[in-house]
Amino acid sequence: MAWESVLLVLIVFAGTSGELCVSRAMKTIGEVHDFRPSSLLRVMVRAVQVPWMWLGVALMAVAFFSLLGALSMENVSFVVPVTALSYAAGALGGQVFLGERVSRRRWLGVLLVCIGVTLVFLGRK
Amino acid sequence: MTSSGGLHLKTFILIFFMILFGPLGNVSLSKGMKTIGAISLHQPADLLHVGVQILQSPFIWLGILLQLMFFVCYLLVLSWADYSFVQPAGSIAYAVVALQAHFILQEPISPLRWAGVCVICLGVLIVGHTSPRTTEQI
Repeated sequence: MAWESVLLVLIVFAGTSGELCVSRAMKTIGEVHDFRPSSLLRVMVRAVQVPWMWLGVALMAVAFFSLLGALSMENVSFVVPVTALSYAAGALGGQVFLGERVSRRRWLGVLLVCIGVTLVFLGRK
Repeated sequence: MTSSGGLHLKTFILIFFMILFGPLGNVSLSKGMKTIGAISLHQPADLLHVGVQILQSPFIWLGILLQLMFFVCYLLVLSWADYSFVQPAGSIAYAVVALQAHFILQEPISPLRWAGVCVICLGVLIVGHTSPRTTEQI
């Protein structure tokens, strides 16, 4: 149980903070306007030079391997619905870490997504 | 700076590509791993053997390519759109996966799962009615 809890925390928090770091890296690059392959390649080259990107990818890797570990455990049924919490954690993180304005309407949508994802996992047999 | 309409449009187009490439990549990876079958690791040399098998599977390479395309779309959309917009909007992939399973793989989908898909769609619809970007460049 203790191990499972550690993995759950890692899946939700490492995953969400990893994506937030990646998001922050892309925000420092700014809006992409030109979608030709050569300029997209230049955007990607710039993106991998932002330290936030590496931190983000590393955290996402930690979350990925934690999920693999959790899925290999016996009692997996309660593991995956908890990942629905990532959506609430993500909206909160976007507000605090990226300064996004999460309106009441957006919170309502996020809440419904959390409930929906939980139902999808509970309905998977 | 893009006009609000243009911003919405290119955000939706990239999220569309995300929910197209992500689930397809997963299906391809899982098909590739299933053709390899159950992995048994008894000694270090087995790891190398499995690694070689994995890299020889065309489905694995296709899956990696699709996942890479998913990630590039994800990065591009995050260059302008809010994370708190893109993350919940991406959950529409659950609906795509359920529809794929129902129509292509002919798998039975439980009523509870359909209910979840409907609630997700409603949530995404509501998030989609907020502005994709509420911040300026850092």
